[in-house]
Amino acid sequence: MIQRLPTTFPRARRALAAGLTAGALIAALAPTPAGAATGKLLLTGGVSSIDGAAGGGLTPWAVTGSYAARGQWGATAHLTRAVTQDYALSVQGVALSWDDRLELSLARQEFDARDNLAPLGLPGLRLKQEILGIKWRIFGDAVLDTDRWWPQVAVGLLHKRANPGGLGPTLTGPLGARDSGTEGYLSATKLLLARGLLLNATLRATRANQNGLLGFGGAESDDLSVYPEVSAAWLLRRNLALGAEYRAKPDHLRRSVLGSGALAEDDWWDVFVAWAPNKHLSFTLAWVDLGHIAPAVQPGRQSGAYLSAQVAY
Amino acid sequence: MKTSWILVITALLTGPVAAADDGLYRALGAAPGLSAVTADFVDRLKADPAIGHFFKDVNRKHLVQQLGDQFCQVAGGPCVYEGETMKNSHADMGVQPAHFNRLVEVLQDSLDAHGVPFPAQRELLARLAPLHRDIVEPP
Repeated sequence: MIQRLPTTFPRARRALAAGLTAGALIAALAPTPAGAATGKLLLTGGVSSIDGAAGGGLTPWAVTGSYAARGQWGATAHLTRAVTQDYALSVQGVALSWDDRLELSLARQEFDARDNLAPLGLPGLRLKQEILGIKWRIFGDAVLDTDRWWPQVAVGLLHKRANPGGLGPTLTGPLGARDSGTEGYLSATKLLLARGLLLNATLRATRANQNGLLGFGGAESDDLSVYPEVSAAWLLRRNLALGAEYRAKPDHLRRSVLGSGALAEDDWWDVFVAWAPNKHLSFTLAWVDLGHIAPAVQPGRQSGAYLSAQVAY
Repeated sequence: MKTSWILVITALLTGPVAAADDGLYRALGAAPGLSAVTADFVDRLKADPAIGHFFKDVNRKHLVQQLGDQFCQVAGGPCVYEGETMKNSHADMGVQPAHFNRLVEVLQDSLDAHGVPFPAQRELLARLAPLHRDIVEPP
C-alpha cells in the first residue's frame, strides 16, 4: 500500500485537474437559459451516478435529477472520472426529467485497463458500456413530508450494453457472459430535515459483472439476484453535503475457466463531498474503493479519487 | 414533605422538557429576533421576481405580524397564531411546488442574513414543511 501511494497521488491530482477543467469549461460554455428549471431546493436532485440516473455516485436514488419541480422539464449533463492504482473509469452522461416524476438517462462508461491485460495479448484494453435508464417516482416527497415516516419511492430500469473490445470473444465465449443486460431497481429516499440527514436504500436486481463492464452472468453462475445499496448524506450547509455509500454486487465470474477467483469481484463503497455553488453546477469529490478487479492480473485492491462535475438546467 | 417531593419530581420531569420546547424559539432570537427575521422575510418576498406577485397586494405590517406569530408558535414560543388557516389563505392562488420551494429559499436567505445557525434553520423548516400540503395546489 505504501509503495503504491507515490503513484496514486499524481494520478489522483491529474484526475482532479481534468475533472475541474471539464466542469469549468462546461459552465463557461453553457450560459443559463431563461427557461432553466430551478423549482427544487439545492442538491435535492442528487448528483449523477456512474450509471447515469440521479442519486449518489455509485447508486441511484428515488429523486429525479435536475431542479425540475412539478410541471417543469429539466436536464443535466455530467462528466465523471475515477482513477485507482491500476485502472481508470470515465463516464459521460445526460439526463432529462419531467414533473419531478420521470427521468430518462443515457451514460457512456469507458474503463481503461491500461496494460494490465498485456499478458493476455490485450495491451491498452478499454472496456466500454452504454446505459439507457428510466426512472419513475411512484409516491412520496423525500424533502417536505417531514411529518410522515414514509420515504419517496421510485422504480427504475437500466439497460446496459457492454463493448468489451478485444476481451469480447473470451467474455461471451468460454466465460459464458452476455454482452447486454437490464437491471431493475427500487429506491427509497428520505431526508430527515431537522437533523440534515439524507438516507437512501436501493434494491437492484442484476447479474452484471463489475457493473456490466465485464458483461452479465457467467457460465458457472447466472442468477438474477437482488443486491442492496445504501447511502447516507449529511447536509452541512444548504449547498454542501458529506456522505458515504455502500453497494453490494454479484460475483458471477468468481469461478470460471480462468481459475477460481481469477475474476472475483467485491462490493463497492465510497465517501463523498458534494458541493452545489448554484442550481446549474455541482461537483462531487469522493474516495472510492472498488475492491478487486480481475485479481489474476492485478492482485491489489483498487481505490482512488473520484470527481464528477454536473451541469443542470 | 410529600407535597414538596412531588413538586421536585414534577419540576425535574417538566423543567428540561419545557426548556427544550422553546429552544428553537430562543435560537431564532426570541421575540426581537423573530420580528427582525419576519420583517426582512416579507420585504424579500415582496421583491422576489419569482413569487413577489403573490405578496404584492398584501399589507406588509399585517403579514409580518401573522408570520411572526406563526413562526413563534411553531418554534415553541409564547404566541398563538390566530390568523386564517393555511388552506383558506392560499385557496385558489395556484401555488405550485416550485413557488413553495422558492419561499423556503427566501426564508433561508433571511435566516442567513440574521445569523441563525444552520441546525436551527433546518429545525424551523422541518416544522413548517408539512404546510406545503395546505399551501400548494393539489396536482
